[in-house]
Amino acid sequence: MRRPEKEIETSFKKISRRGMLIGAGQVAFAGVLAGRMRYLQVEEADKYRLLAEENRINIRLIAPARGQIFDRDGTPIALNEPSYRIVIVPEDSDDIHATIARLSTLIELDADDLNRALIEIERSPPFLPITLADRVKWDAVAKVAANSLALPGVTPDVGLSRRYPTGASFAHVVGYVGPISDYDLERIEDPDQLLRIPRFQIGKVGIESKLEDTLRGKAGTKSVEVNAVGRVMRELERREGDSGADLQLTLDHKLQSYIRTRLGNESASVVVMDVENGDIRAIVSTPDFDPNLFVRGISVANYANLRDNDKRPLASKAVQDAYPPGSTFKMVAALAGLESGIVDPNETTYCPGYLEISDRKFTCWKKVGHGSMDLTDSLRESCDVYYYDLALKVGIENIADMARRLGLGEKHDVPMSAVSSGLTPTKEWKLIYRDAEWVIGDSANAAIGQGYVLASPLQLAVMTARLATGRAVSPRLIKRIDGEEQPSGAGEDMGIAPENLREIRRGMFAVSNHRKGTAYSSRIAAEDFRMAGKTGTAQVRSSIVNNAEVPWEQRDHALFVDFAPFDNPKYAIAVVVEHGGGGSSTAAPIARDVTLQALYDGTPPLDAYPEKDRFIIKERQDSIERQQNPLPVGDRGQA
Amino acid sequence: MSYLEYRVQSVSTGWRKILNLHWPLILVLMAISGIGFLMLFSVAGGSFTPWAQTQMERFALGIVLMFIIAMVPIWFWRNMSVLAFLFSLALLLFVEFYGDTRMGAQRWIDLGFMRLQPSEVAKIALVMVLASFYDAIPVRNISRPFWVAVPVVITLIPTFMVLRQPDLGTALLLLITGGTVMFAAGVHWAYFASVIAAGAGTVFAVFQSRGESWQLLQNYQYRRIDTFLDPASDPLGAGYHITQSKIALGSGGWTGRGFMQGTQTRLNFLPEKHTDFIFTTLAEEFGFLGGSALLLLYVLVIVFSLFAAMRMKDRYSSLLVIGISMTFFLFFAINMSMVMGMAPVVGVPLPLVSYGGSAMLVILSAFGLIQSAHVHRPRGNP
Repeated sequence: MRRPEKEIETSFKKISRRGMLIGAGQVAFAGVLAGRMRYLQVEEADKYRLLAEENRINIRLIAPARGQIFDRDGTPIALNEPSYRIVIVPEDSDDIHATIARLSTLIELDADDLNRALIEIERSPPFLPITLADRVKWDAVAKVAANSLALPGVTPDVGLSRRYPTGASFAHVVGYVGPISDYDLERIEDPDQLLRIPRFQIGKVGIESKLEDTLRGKAGTKSVEVNAVGRVMRELERREGDSGADLQLTLDHKLQSYIRTRLGNESASVVVMDVENGDIRAIVSTPDFDPNLFVRGISVANYANLRDNDKRPLASKAVQDAYPPGSTFKMVAALAGLESGIVDPNETTYCPGYLEISDRKFTCWKKVGHGSMDLTDSLRESCDVYYYDLALKVGIENIADMARRLGLGEKHDVPMSAVSSGLTPTKEWKLIYRDAEWVIGDSANAAIGQGYVLASPLQLAVMTARLATGRAVSPRLIKRIDGEEQPSGAGEDMGIAPENLREIRRGMFAVSNHRKGTAYSSRIAAEDFRMAGKTGTAQVRSSIVNNAEVPWEQRDHALFVDFAPFDNPKYAIAVVVEHGGGGSSTAAPIARDVTLQALYDGTPPLDAYPEKDRFIIKERQDSIERQQNPLPVGDRGQA
Repeated sequence: MSYLEYRVQSVSTGWRKILNLHWPLILVLMAISGIGFLMLFSVAGGSFTPWAQTQMERFALGIVLMFIIAMVPIWFWRNMSVLAFLFSLALLLFVEFYGDTRMGAQRWIDLGFMRLQPSEVAKIALVMVLASFYDAIPVRNISRPFWVAVPVVITLIPTFMVLRQPDLGTALLLLITGGTVMFAAGVHWAYFASVIAAGAGTVFAVFQSRGESWQLLQNYQYRRIDTFLDPASDPLGAGYHITQSKIALGSGGWTGRGFMQGTQTRLNFLPEKHTDFIFTTLAEEFGFLGGSALLLLYVLVIVFSLFAAMRMKDRYSSLLVIGISMTFFLFFAINMSMVMGMAPVVGVPLPLVSYGGSAMLVILSAFGLIQSAHVHRPRGNP
């Protein structure tokens, strides 16, 4: 069959025409595509470039190493130590639950931690490592490493965490760190980015908390490139932060540890202060606690034990508790009398065992009375009547003024938690806070350190140091920050007449060196190291009873302050034993041991003690030696 | 209907055939494929594995196939048209029962060394059978209802089979391809006007049926349409492809971020980066200049093909070339529209650039047919 030529010709024309039309349409559409491309890539380029950068770059913080804390000899108190964790990367594990089950047969897994981990696994992208066990021991790490084939996705990981190698010794001073809480964060204005890191460790108590900003350091940053699912592909830029400043404390870990052991089970506190520059050589409260327990998060049971203990292990008694200073306040009253010119040190007051003031009988601790007393005698034998009489003559304003000059009623600037300002009462104070007129009896009570007067052990140590030097010594706890020496606490001369101070010191010397002194039995025999002290007994109840007959919590607090050596004072010491009974029987022996330990910078020779005490002292020294250096019992494992 | 029906002058034979190949077209195809290798190398992070090398091997195979097909006279292929069409239907029927499931659709036949996508074959076979149909029927019958109905049925058979897979994109492509050949053959305007009106009605019905018992499309297809209409509504879910793709393109700017410097692609913000979304890599790394260069190459392919078609003086050849170039056009036009947020994500590869053996071999074979028509057209005086 042959087609007509004409028809074929027309057909071709049509095909060509329509082909052209189709082609034109196609090219036109290509033009539209080019226009769209131009729009996206040229006109909107900046917007999309920005979006692409946002897509890929993630800024991450690098936590700085926290500043470490050392004692005055460089013995570490707070360190950053590698801590081992066991982590699982869910995407690398074929069956998470089976793997965890196998792991739990190898190492101990805490049920709470495990539940938290399982929740995190659900919520996190599969490539993020999730912690299964924190702070595991090295042998657990070794076990996991050895069984890695059976534990797909499980690896040991190392990070820095705080450790307090001296354990409880510095718990109250240095405090501890712990994971930041929402409550912490709320209280901080304009918080550092670092604090936004979940479970970032910050100081919670003590120096760790007070010097948090110094210790924390500055965060570094790194920009990382992440892919679509958030996996880090590479690091683009890294800016290292500054690690926190290291602290050197004025404390001496040997002395601190000795005092802890010496105090034993007492609920007590001791402050040892260098009178020359105010350095706190030791500041101990007992009982104490292991701060390492808090770093990870203390268990409810452990915490309840600490909280409900009658002896309040968590309290930093040396600075946060204020006690009636008792007879240790008598130096203040006496000095106030001398400085005001009202009291002549050689004038005597007769003590019949009581003094009647406005129809009320104020008794002396010695019911039969002391007889005639001058100032030195009154300190030596701690006669109350002498001070009732003195208070009536001198007046509370003079006494309060002297108390303040000696650092009582003042909140000393030490970086510890809940530092107490004590209380030095005045007439205005009573009017404002007690809504009552000051009566003359209040002055009498104040003069013997009872009634409203309150002082912390730290304040008593400062008071003693100021009496010993005549300078306004103030306590210093931080010796160096990042190697830089901090200002000394030596202080200026207080402008107290030296002969008046000498009278007071003579009285204090008699307390522990005169046969009739209240602390004569706790004297120091070594000629060069003799101490001058003062006993104190703070009444917990109003009536005087025999301490041995009442329950522990109703017994009097026993206090003792001293400085030594008498001729060339080096240390001022304050000891408070809660419910310890009498100052001379309980506090003074402790103070003597601590004083000698400080002066000899170690265990003192027995001949520093009076001859008849040496046998008992030797036994105590040996016992303390044993407690501080326990013999190894088998393999104690890794701490 | 032998070749002698036409005004035979001379036809290339022997070695002259090679000389008379449409070499510019071949060079453009090679350039496009070269860009593809480069991009596959880049998305693999600067590596020939796993994609670039395989793609090059397939390209080599495809080029050989193209030359073989080009050397065989076009009238042989015309005579094979119906057979080819029946073969493609058989393949579609085969995947209906034994197909390999990928992306929730039955589309592949695993041949061992590659996966064959029967719908690709069907596109070319449809063009062949329609071209041979119009070659066979008298010109005056072209617009008569019966003679219009026949090619419509021929087009609808593979369309429905593809739609059942379900592959909406390819089904639409088949419809448009069939329509293009009919239009080029000279079917009356009125038919197309009424089909377009009916199409609009269908779109309306599609949207109406949503959520009803007679729902016409799969849920995922509706979702894709939704996200196409408003990609921002679900930036991390279904709209993710489009949003990230636009970010990649846009961040390329004029000259791009440099070879292998595209962060969007390299960091996996784009899924399917080596297949359907490979254009975004090119646009991100070589910018507007790179993207429009590729577009220009594609336009050259179309222009070369259409000009060749007009010189063929043989209805089968002309319609075949117009149909094939339309198929090729639809590939890149739809793919580019999709990545630029102008069309829903329908799973159409970028021809010769996207990784995929099936499309590469089918496209190069189709250009073999174009070459054959070009080589064997009558030239000059006897």
